[in-house]
Amino acid sequence: MGKHLVLRLVAKIFIPLILLFALYVQFHGDYGPGGGFQAGVIFAAAFILYALLFGLDHARTVMPPALLQTVAALGVLLYGGVGVASMLLGGNYLDYSVLAEDPVHGQHLGILLIELGVGLTVASVMMVIFFTFTGRRG
Amino acid sequence: MIRQHLPALQVILPLLAAPTCLLLRRAGLAWLFATVVGFATFAIAILLLRQVLSQGDIAYAMGGWSAPWGIQYYVDPVSALVLLIVSGISAVVLPYAARSVAQEIPSERRCVFYTLFLLCLAGMLGIAITGDAFNLFVFLEISSLSSYALISMGQDRRALTSSYQYLIMGTIGATFILIGVGLLYVMTGTLNMQDLAQRLPAVATTRTIHTAFAFLVVGLSLKLALFPLHLWLPNAYTFAPSVVTTFLAATATKVALYALLRFVFTIFGAEYAFNTMPLGPTLLLLALLGLFVASAVAIFQENIKRILAYSSVAQIGYMILGISFATVTGVSAGILHLFNHALMKGALFMAVGAIFLRTGSMQLQHLAGIGRRMPWTMAAVVIGGLSLIGVPLTVGFISKWYLIQAALERGWWPVAVLVLIGSLLALVYVWRILEAAYFDAPAKPDAHIKEAPLSLLIPTWALVLANIYFGIDTSLTVGVARQAAGLLLGVQP
Repeated sequence: MGKHLVLRLVAKIFIPLILLFALYVQFHGDYGPGGGFQAGVIFAAAFILYALLFGLDHARTVMPPALLQTVAALGVLLYGGVGVASMLLGGNYLDYSVLAEDPVHGQHLGILLIELGVGLTVASVMMVIFFTFTGRRG
Repeated sequence: MIRQHLPALQVILPLLAAPTCLLLRRAGLAWLFATVVGFATFAIAILLLRQVLSQGDIAYAMGGWSAPWGIQYYVDPVSALVLLIVSGISAVVLPYAARSVAQEIPSERRCVFYTLFLLCLAGMLGIAITGDAFNLFVFLEISSLSSYALISMGQDRRALTSSYQYLIMGTIGATFILIGVGLLYVMTGTLNMQDLAQRLPAVATTRTIHTAFAFLVVGLSLKLALFPLHLWLPNAYTFAPSVVTTFLAATATKVALYALLRFVFTIFGAEYAFNTMPLGPTLLLLALLGLFVASAVAIFQENIKRILAYSSVAQIGYMILGISFATVTGVSAGILHLFNHALMKGALFMAVGAIFLRTGSMQLQHLAGIGRRMPWTMAAVVIGGLSLIGVPLTVGFISKWYLIQAALERGWWPVAVLVLIGSLLALVYVWRILEAAYFDAPAKPDAHIKEAPLSLLIPTWALVLANIYFGIDTSLTVGVARQAAGLLLGVQP
C-alpha cells in the first residue's frame, strides 16, 4: 500500500461513483442519451481502473475470468431470449409489442431487457480483453 | 407457427447456440450440441428451399417493423441455394470435427472453438438471408471476426501471422464495403436492398454512386479472394486447423461471392454494372488471369493444403468468369460452380485433414505411398481431384460444361479454349498429389499409419458421394441456378 497512495484513495472514492453512473446510463438510456453499450464500457472502466491501481491479481479475485465468460454469454442469450419470447408470444422475432398487454409497455420492456443484455456482454467482454492483454507473459 | 418463423430461426439458432456452447464448459457436450444445431440449420435450409421453390419468395420483418424501415430477411432461390450449401457443409463438417479438433486444438479451447464455429456459421447464413445492405455488413463482420480467431487456432505458429494477415486484408475489404454502403445510403436514404434498387436509377449517374460501386466491388473482391486480392487466402487455408480450412474453403468465399451477386445484380442492376460501368471486361480479365496464375503457382507447391488453397483461387476465377458474361447461362454457370466447388473442396480438404490426422504432415514428400495405407481416404482425394479437373460424372464437369456453353453462346470461343486449358493445369496439380500417394515408394516404411477413423471417413464420403450424385442428377442444382440467374438478371427463365 506504499506506492500511489493518493491515486489509490481517489480511485477508491471514484469507483463506486463510476459504477453508479454506469447504472444510470444503463437504465436511463430510454429517456436520455446512453444505453447498454455505453453503460457496459463505463462499468468495465471502473474495474479496469481498479486493476491498474491495485494489480491484476486483486482485480481477478473480484472478477474471475470464468465468471466474465459466463456473463458475456448470458448477455447475448438474454438479448436473443427476448427475441425468442416475443416469437413464442405470437409476434415476429424481437417484436417487443407482444411482450406486455399494452404495445407501448411491451416496447419499453423489450428495449430495457435487450439493453441489459448488451450492457452485460459489453462490460464483461471489455474486461476480458483488458485482462487478456495485461495478463500476457513475455 | 414454426413455419412462418423459419427465416429468423435459420440465423438465430446458431447465433444463440454459440454462447450456449460457451456455457456448456465440456468439450464433448459443446460438440454434441453444435452438431445437433448444425443439422437443425440444415433442415431449416432444406425447408426454406422447398418453400421458395413451391410458393415463391419469403419475406420476414424483423421485430415486426415492415420493409423499407425495418430489417427484412428475404429468401429467394439465390439465397436459398447459398443457405443450403453453407448449412449443408456445416452439417457434414461438425460430425467430422470431433476427432480432428480433439487432436489439433488444446482441450481448454475446444468450447471456444465450437462457439466461434457457430458464430461464423450464423454470420454466413445471415449474409445469405438478409435483405438489408447494412445488416449484410454486420453479418459479414460476425463471420469474418470469428474466422480470424478460428484460423489463429492452428497448431503451427504461422497460423497467427496468417490470421493477422487475413485480419488486415479482411478489415480493409469490410471497410470498403461499409464505405460503399454508406455512400449508397447518403444518395438514397435507404438500406433495404429492394428499396435501393428502386431508388438508385434516379441518381445512378452521379459520381458518388460510381464511387460506391467501385468501393463495393473492390471490397467484396477482397473478401472472395479474386486474383490479385487473394494474397490472404493461401496462408490462411494452409495453417488453419483442418476443420476450419474445410469449412471456410467450402463456404466463406462463396458467401462473399453471393454478396457480390446481390450488390451487382439486385441493387445496382446488370444494366448499370455492365453497360455504364466496365465490370464485365474487368472481371473477365481478372478471372482468366487468376485461373492461370493461381493454377500455375499451385503446380509448384510442396504442401498439399497449399496446392488446394491456390486451386481455390483458380476455381474462384471460374465462378467470376461465369458472372462476367452477364448472361443467364453465364451467371447460372457461376452460381452452379459456387455450389459444386463447395462440394469438391469440402471433400478434398476433409480427406486431407484425415491424412494429417494420421501422418501429422502436409508435405507431399511425406505422403509417399499413403495410397496403400489409407485407401479409402485417398480414393476420396481421387474422386475430389477428378471433380476439380472436371471429369464427366462429377460436379466439376457440370460447371465446366455450362461455363463453356455460356462462352460459346456469346461467341467467345477463345475463352472456352482457355477454360479447357485451365482444366489441364488442374490435372497437373492433382496428378502431383496422386503420384506421391500411389506411385512413390515411402522413404521409411511406417507400418503404424492406419486408415482414418470412420468418424472422419463417413462425412468425407458423404461429400464425395454428393460430388457424384450432383454430377449425374443435375435437376436440383441446374434448375435452381437457372432460376436464380434469371431472377438476378431480371429475365423470366
